[in-house]
Amino acid sequence: MFSFCTDPSTLENFQWVACYLTTGKHLNLYYAFGTVLLLLAITAPIALGFGFMGATAARSSIAPLRWLGKGYTSIVRGVPDIAFFLFFVIALDQAFEYIRHRWKCPDWTDPIRQGNDFLVCADAKLPLSNAAQWLHEVYGFSLAVLTFSIVFGAFAANVLFGAMRAVPRAQIETGEAYGMTTRQTFWRIMVPQMWVYALPGLSNLWMVLIKATPLLFLLGIEDIVYWARELGGTKTPRFTEYPHGDWRMWYFLFLLVFYLGFTKVSEVVLDRIMLRLTHGQATTGGEAQRKAA
Amino acid sequence: MKKLVLTTAALALTAGVAFAGSHSVVRMGTEGAYPPYNFIDDSGEVAGFERELGDELCARAELTCEWVTNEWDSIIPNLVSGNYDTIIAGMSITAERDEVIDFTQNYTQPDPSAYVVAAGNEGLDVKTAVIAAQASTIQASFIAGMGASLIEFATPEETVAAVKAGEADAVLADRAYLAPIVEADGELAMLDQQELIGGGVGMGLRESDGDLRAKFDAAIQSMKDDGTLNALIAKWEIGEQF
Repeated sequence: MFSFCTDPSTLENFQWVACYLTTGKHLNLYYAFGTVLLLLAITAPIALGFGFMGATAARSSIAPLRWLGKGYTSIVRGVPDIAFFLFFVIALDQAFEYIRHRWKCPDWTDPIRQGNDFLVCADAKLPLSNAAQWLHEVYGFSLAVLTFSIVFGAFAANVLFGAMRAVPRAQIETGEAYGMTTRQTFWRIMVPQMWVYALPGLSNLWMVLIKATPLLFLLGIEDIVYWARELGGTKTPRFTEYPHGDWRMWYFLFLLVFYLGFTKVSEVVLDRIMLRLTHGQATTGGEAQRKAA
Repeated sequence: MKKLVLTTAALALTAGVAFAGSHSVVRMGTEGAYPPYNFIDDSGEVAGFERELGDELCARAELTCEWVTNEWDSIIPNLVSGNYDTIIAGMSITAERDEVIDFTQNYTQPDPSAYVVAAGNEGLDVKTAVIAAQASTIQASFIAGMGASLIEFATPEETVAAVKAGEADAVLADRAYLAPIVEADGELAMLDQQELIGGGVGMGLRESDGDLRAKFDAAIQSMKDDGTLNALIAKWEIGEQF
């Protein structure tokens, strides 16, 4: 990175640190922070969407739809995250490949499972085995986003389901008295008002989601935990320009500070959203704001 | 004569096309945490003995190869489900593994495994000691079979850290991996006692991938024949030569 980095063994402390922290390997660590933030930015809205659909389905008057919504939330909420992650990513990948296989190679006669091997034709591989490495990474990342969204969507569905029921019945009846249809009372009265009841639960979920991002590591994505462990490990002089002892503790401490800082920022932002949402609401929070004004 | 050249060219071309369908890029799966076999260098790339070996094998077999890293624990399942096409990760050829995947011929001689203990503890009786090893390695199954207490770790790094922290009395791993660590760290010492386990290291491939295995097998043989493999083994201090 810097011009003086050619022979690190001769450098003074400060310069050594500057060179050490800008090796290609460390850049991978910084890049991994971006991956984690991107995961959160994409997963949160998708999970909320899944949650909204799950909650609406669970309230539906059509029985099969209701069963689907209830089944989704109770099954996913009941299975340990890690088990779900490990199972789902492999199963999802093989399911996608199987579907593509049936569609793209209808005249393939060999069995798909040969002993331990899961074999689909070359055209059905996802991503194609000759695809660039970044495509493989994007695919793995997308599977992770989908899995995170399904898991956290189930929790969000439960929160939103409760929030919808918490909107006072009288509000909806008033809407009906004005001649609104069920659809209209849902979109114009219930949905705008439910957020204030949903937010404490959703903000809790957001915190859990932030803390769950190291699970990416389990899914084979080289996230910050992977790089912290790799960079912190003992480095012997034969294999690196920057030999050092076991520094994993310091790297993990850095991760700890990062996560703590990130959750703190989230708390501040969520508090402000809560303040806005309670404004003018017939809740204790809204009442307190009215009295203070 | 001209006709013959043409037919050969045509044959080569069609073979090339047929081959491109299945393996136009061969994905090489490794762990990236086991120097000198394979590790991630300062620039974040896979490096080490197996990186140089693999690149040379791909050049000889005229394959385009791409390197990917994967956790040791799930390195076989991910090969079998097709996330990459080969395992080149210091994996010793054993009968158990051979039931699940196929191996090329070995590209290292069986490397004796060595014990490393805290300095001053060289009188340790390994039969009654607590010994650390990486999970699902030949060393782990050897310790379990020997009757000593085994603690397993997911990465080789952690096995050495366990000895330094006093959590284990000794670590058992390939000598080539432990030697540079002991050399750089005065608090550790290597026992004279060594264990000859495993049948040498080979490349792992899916059982259904016989063509690719044959190509790598031939490439390894050609490197053995012209002495380039021995040169690589000497350069990275992997152990005995062929």
